Amino acid sequence: MEEVDAPVVGHLEDIPVGEGRAFAVAGDQVAVFRLRDGSLRALDAVCPHRGGPLADGLTDERVVVCPLHGYTYDLATGQEMSSGATGVCAYQVSADEGGAIRIGPRIAR
Amino acid sequence: MTLLEEAPAARNGHEPSRSRLVVVGNGMAGVRAVEEILARDGAGQFAITVFGDEPYGNYNRILLSNVLAGSDDTSEIYLNPVDWYTDNDIDLRAGVRVVRIDRFAKVVLADDGSTLHYDRLVIATGSRSFFPPMEGMWADNTTLTAGVFGFRSLDDCSGMIDYAAGKARAVVIGGGLLGLEAARGLQNRGLEVEVVHAAPTLMNAQLDDDAGAILRRSVENLGITVHTEKRTEKVLSADGAVTGIEFSDGTQVPCDMLVVSAGIRPNVGLAVRAGLTVERAIVVDDHLRSVDDENIYVVGECAQHRGQVYGLVAPLWEQATVLAEHLTGTNPKAVYQGSRMATKLKVAGVDVAAMGLKHPEHPDDEFVQFSEPRNGIYKTIVVRDGKLVGATLVGDVSKVAFLMQAFDRGLPLPEERISLMFDLGTPSVEVGAAELADDAQVCNCNGVSKAAIVSCVQGGQKTVSGVSAATRAGKGCGSCKGLLGQVVEWAAGGAVEEDASASWYVPGVPYAKPELMRLIRELELHSVSSVFAALAPEAAEDAQSKMGLASLLQMMWAEEYVEEHDARFINDRVHANIQRDGTFSVVPQMKGGVTSSEQLRKIADVADKYEVPLIKLTGGQRIDLLGIRKEDLPAVWADLDMPSGFAYGKSFRTVKTCVGTDFCRFGVGDSTALGIAIEERFKGIAGPGKMKLAVTGCPRNCAEALCKDLGVVAVEGGRWEIYVGGAAGAHVRKGDLLATVTSAAEVMTLTGRFLQYYRESANWLERTYSWVPRMGIEHLRAVVVDDSEGIAERLDAEMQKAVDAYRDPWTDGREPATPGQFRPSLPLTVLPQVPVR
Repeated sequence: MEEVDAPVVGHLEDIPVGEGRAFAVAGDQVAVFRLRDGSLRALDAVCPHRGGPLADGLTDERVVVCPLHGYTYDLATGQEMSSGATGVCAYQVSADEGGAIRIGPRIAR
Repeated sequence: MTLLEEAPAARNGHEPSRSRLVVVGNGMAGVRAVEEILARDGAGQFAITVFGDEPYGNYNRILLSNVLAGSDDTSEIYLNPVDWYTDNDIDLRAGVRVVRIDRFAKVVLADDGSTLHYDRLVIATGSRSFFPPMEGMWADNTTLTAGVFGFRSLDDCSGMIDYAAGKARAVVIGGGLLGLEAARGLQNRGLEVEVVHAAPTLMNAQLDDDAGAILRRSVENLGITVHTEKRTEKVLSADGAVTGIEFSDGTQVPCDMLVVSAGIRPNVGLAVRAGLTVERAIVVDDHLRSVDDENIYVVGECAQHRGQVYGLVAPLWEQATVLAEHLTGTNPKAVYQGSRMATKLKVAGVDVAAMGLKHPEHPDDEFVQFSEPRNGIYKTIVVRDGKLVGATLVGDVSKVAFLMQAFDRGLPLPEERISLMFDLGTPSVEVGAAELADDAQVCNCNGVSKAAIVSCVQGGQKTVSGVSAATRAGKGCGSCKGLLGQVVEWAAGGAVEEDASASWYVPGVPYAKPELMRLIRELELHSVSSVFAALAPEAAEDAQSKMGLASLLQMMWAEEYVEEHDARFINDRVHANIQRDGTFSVVPQMKGGVTSSEQLRKIADVADKYEVPLIKLTGGQRIDLLGIRKEDLPAVWADLDMPSGFAYGKSFRTVKTCVGTDFCRFGVGDSTALGIAIEERFKGIAGPGKMKLAVTGCPRNCAEALCKDLGVVAVEGGRWEIYVGGAAGAHVRKGDLLATVTSAAEVMTLTGRFLQYYRESANWLERTYSWVPRMGIEHLRAVVVDDSEGIAERLDAEMQKAVDAYRDPWTDGREPATPGQFRPSLPLTVLPQVPVR
């Protein structure tokens, strides 16, 4: 993913491989996921269904599953996959060589 | 002098495309066939003429018994009044009997002297009452003795009603459906009625001896006298009117009128004279055509298909549909393959339903029988290869809708066969899909209605898991999965596609549990990521599969299992149960539900220090601290300084106990000590589902051991009963008795072995209340108690390994396992959202 030009919100070491962590970005809460292939994804941190914490969800290379009721979001687009419910926003995200994480603008769906 | 009344060429001259269809018989079968033909635009192809020897429109013969009983007026039973024929451009010849068919000239001749050409002919002549040979029955060759009636037509019915006025006693010969209906009808009209039946059992065509006996009691309770195994030899009369009957043994029954309902005979004379093959009835092929003449179709009670003659209305409808599809060419491949015989009726006020087999026929057939003669209730079920092949219900037909569906469509049946007969407290799983209202909520967790499921199926989703994914039905507690399957099946009309992944242990790795375990062992896969890499299609990870795999690997490898936190559900990552606001609940270990003032003081201090919004006693006799912030978890554990109570995982949860012998004046076994010992040994053991246990000190069962995954009950004489597979949650089930043992040590051994066997062979998330009935308690007893498979020693050793691998996860708190393990995920500025009580 291309380098994002934005303030650093955190560090790669904050996120264990395969998990997600939430960060505050200019008033928004964004969950950043570090996939097992090393790449990063970023989605709104709050599940639009009942406010579940997406950063606590189980992930694979494609989706994150909300821990409260199982709504499943595409990590690249934010689209809800299990039943076509309301999706979330996806954000550009990158880490530089030093591991500094930057979250960019929303990715248009 | 036979003139063609209307030369076909003349009429067809105007409409060259219309050929003539002649229907002989204006009963339910003939007219239903015409309706089906019209529905397929048959009016464009055919000019239709219907002959009926009764001078009426088409009426519902089934309702004649209501007319006789006075609950329906004759005008209420018409299906198609004469206007209907006019409106549909059908030439109705009511009261005109066809007397001959000339197949070579393709002409029918009627008793009014008319003749009519046909291109296609439908014979629907039905059947007539059978009058067994009896001295004195007939006044002359065609006239019955006054006061003697058949019970078949509207005229029979009106005749009986007129004659019954002012009469006191009636006899009905024939204890089948119609005979009993006639008896009830006449009784309603104030007559004293006796029923005479030649066979030992009433309604012997549909019912077995036990059911017939119960029906007999119910009929007799209505005040109708029943004679069985009586052959009537004579009809007695005086002044040309009936006065009684005489049996072959010489005894007599006096009566003022006699109804003969001793069976029916198909009207086949016309067909015989036309040279068509007739056995019990007119023989037809799978298109309902005479086997001799491709222009002649036969439908209803006068048709014999594959050796069967049907006398019920449902098969007749199926026949009419096939006939119409074939005749109109809308579906030239339409074939009739016979009907499954199922019937539900009220016989003389008693509900009766019968379908398929009356008795098991093969050694492997399952037969479930329930008999309660005092209340007039009798039920049997015959199951073959997991499918319903027969059922009889007398007195209580509340389950008939589902049974008929299961019978017709071969639906999957509940494991507990008894629930086919009764509602056992399980929420609506047995309610038939068809009888559910559209807005009925199928999934009570996610609020999914029957209509939503049906529309999903109609939208093309043909697998249960597909519908479940798309609608979220069945994704809550899972207790509606049975009903969901039925509704999908029903909506798809039997076209449900088998879901290949249904047998897989987890959705993302295409193996059932035994094969998956074999491969994991063979390839020595110790971590979830290695399982995906080795066994998943394209080595792809699957989020939905991780939790199940982590649990399985932990069970299989114990100490050697390689933990990967990202494969764990959040509860297992932070060893607490996530709540709706993203906070967590903390339940400290409290073995057997026994605590101390010191523990209580610590818990109270923690609650104060962390401003715990809610302190709650759980169903498993523990103390739950709710609303703990994720980042506070390690400090809460440190301050509690108590081990985890494991109230968050698919794991061994709790052992609920009663007071036992120490204080209770009734206790016969030290349930508290045993419960504590069991929990001490098996605490935290992971499994495919939760394991909730109980030990209770006497049969009063205060610890509710009968509805636990494993429950132990002390009984007098120093013995312990072990029950397994109980439940009292979304599903309610009493556990099955696994064994009765004489020592606490044996309880420990069998508990460990049972739990290990469950861990190894149950599906992911399959609780013991499903698994135990699936495996069968006999099988479990053989394996766990009698070691029939020689694996007891291995099971014990595996369990010992799991016990040895136990470590208290709350020690994690002192040194986080991963960076940010306890970092809040939501909201970043903590705002309590659950109201504080």
